[in-house]
Amino acid sequence: MSTPKIRIRGLSKAFGSKVVLDGIDLDVETGTSMVIIGGSGSGKSVLLRCILGLIEPDAGTIEIDGENVLTAPRGRQEILRRQIGMLFQNAALFDSMSVADNIAFGLRAKHSDRDGPVPSRSKARELAGGILQQVGLDPSVGQLSPSELSGGMQKRVGLARAIAGQPNILFFDEPTTGLDPIMGAVIDGLIVDCVQKLGSTAIAITHDMASAQRIGNQAAMLYQGKLVWQGLAADLMNSGNAMVDQFTHGRREGPITMELRK
Amino acid sequence: MNAVLDPIAALGRAVLGLVRQSGALAMFALEGLSHLVRPPFYWRIFLSTLIETGFFSLPVVALTALFSGAVIALQSYVGFGQYHVQSAIAGIVVLAVTRELGPVLAGLMVAGRVGAAMSAQIGTMRVTDQIDALTTLSTNPMKYLVTPRLLAGTIALPCLVIVADVLGVLGGFTVSVAKLGFSPSTYITATLDSLKTMDVVVGLVKAAAFGFLIALLGCYHGYNSRGGAEGVGSATTAAVVGASILLLLFDYLLTDLFFSQ
Ligand SMILES: Nc1ncnc2c1ncn2[C@@H]1O[C@H](COP(=O)(O)OP(=O)(O)OP(=O)(O)O)[C@@H](O)[C@H]1O
Ligand SMILES: [Mg+2]
Repeated sequence: MSTPKIRIRGLSKAFGSKVVLDGIDLDVETGTSMVIIGGSGSGKSVLLRCILGLIEPDAGTIEIDGENVLTAPRGRQEILRRQIGMLFQNAALFDSMSVADNIAFGLRAKHSDRDGPVPSRSKARELAGGILQQVGLDPSVGQLSPSELSGGMQKRVGLARAIAGQPNILFFDEPTTGLDPIMGAVIDGLIVDCVQKLGSTAIAITHDMASAQRIGNQAAMLYQGKLVWQGLAADLMNSGNAMVDQFTHGRREGPITMELRK
Repeated sequence: MNAVLDPIAALGRAVLGLVRQSGALAMFALEGLSHLVRPPFYWRIFLSTLIETGFFSLPVVALTALFSGAVIALQSYVGFGQYHVQSAIAGIVVLAVTRELGPVLAGLMVAGRVGAAMSAQIGTMRVTDQIDALTTLSTNPMKYLVTPRLLAGTIALPCLVIVADVLGVLGGFTVSVAKLGFSPSTYITATLDSLKTMDVVVGLVKAAAFGFLIALLGCYHGYNSRGGAEGVGSATTAAVVGASILLLLFDYLLTDLFFSQ
């Protein structure tokens, strides 16, 4: 068996007395896209942040290409993580820059992965127009500032910035939340394209089951800090797991109780 | 239960908190400075901060200096009038402006203008995940956001203080000539006689230190802000208050160092 692109073992994280991740084991094979579902506040974003090195986990290992990033020397950590492109839940666009400059920033920052010199600022800005078109936006949007965009447009620009450098690994934190259904389907298609064209490995967090099945081949469900189910994305709607069934069908009755989260 | 020990414990906690804060601030400063010698250096951010700090603060600093020079001239005239030492006024103005008023007032003005802006800007980037986004785009946020600002602050404030020195003296000159009836040539001669290179240089050294402190506090509080708009608001307040207090503390320490022999 080949080494998984990302391999997580025993990952735990607590904030104060609140345990958010409690011994997560997860393998994501190269070229697959893994969809993670789970209730609001179940720690999905925290999981991605741990892999990205934005949050220090309390225990466990995270391997990228078989190398533990948590114990690797700092320079090596940066090289391993440089492969990851991230779309944040709230897009996190740089509001001191125009939309085109945001995308150009992503393009130039990740460029050293590939051959050729880093494109100049003006060249990168030109290329940004094409990437905007890919996410269904007119290139003229490039001149606007992020604060002039609607939430859904910001999401698409965030996606454009994340894919601009064509990274090997892509993380999407709720890529289609806040988009209309048609645009959601377009973005899902785009994610699938990226993963297939670039041969990238993806992890996507989503609450949208249609979207989960479009994007993912694998799926996992997070509940109370643990992965309670892992399987094929195609099986999400009839997984045979009571929790997943309740979640995907949106039933109020079931093993998941709406306890008040602390 | 412990009327004696409780206040002592509270004092102890306060001191420990202060020590911890100072330590964290010092580490932050060292990390920010360490990126000066590790490329890349982000020139665009450096230049835009330099212009924002040095150029756009000019009106505020100029007006402040002009009026304080004028006030010093007037106050000294009123205070010394009876002792017939009006001729010393030019000397008092130039000494007060170059040694103290120029650097301190320019520093306080810039702390309110630029320190607050830095803290609000970086704080907003923190609470909207933009700093995390920098990290995921292989850009060290300390190197990108903090280092250029520290350098720009350190360079911009001495430049502003040169202007403040000139305008402070001009303020004193204007009042002395137009209102108090001095002869312009006597005033200028007296000013040049009392002008000491050492005073000006020490004033500029102070200004550099103040500029660094203002940028440091602005970046530090912004970078560590938490909790949405309210967190950014209190970070900005802390940056301005902290910078103003540290500025006056360092003013005392540097004055003691250079002038007390
Ligand atoms: N920096 C932090 N400090 C303290 N607690 C945190 C921090 N980040 C996240 N948490 C807590 O961790 C829990 C999980 O948060 P997370 O953002 O991962 O949820 P999520 O699964 O992404 O939910 P959603 O679907 O609503 O985005 C939450 O209860 C949150 O309060
Ligand atoms: Mg989340």
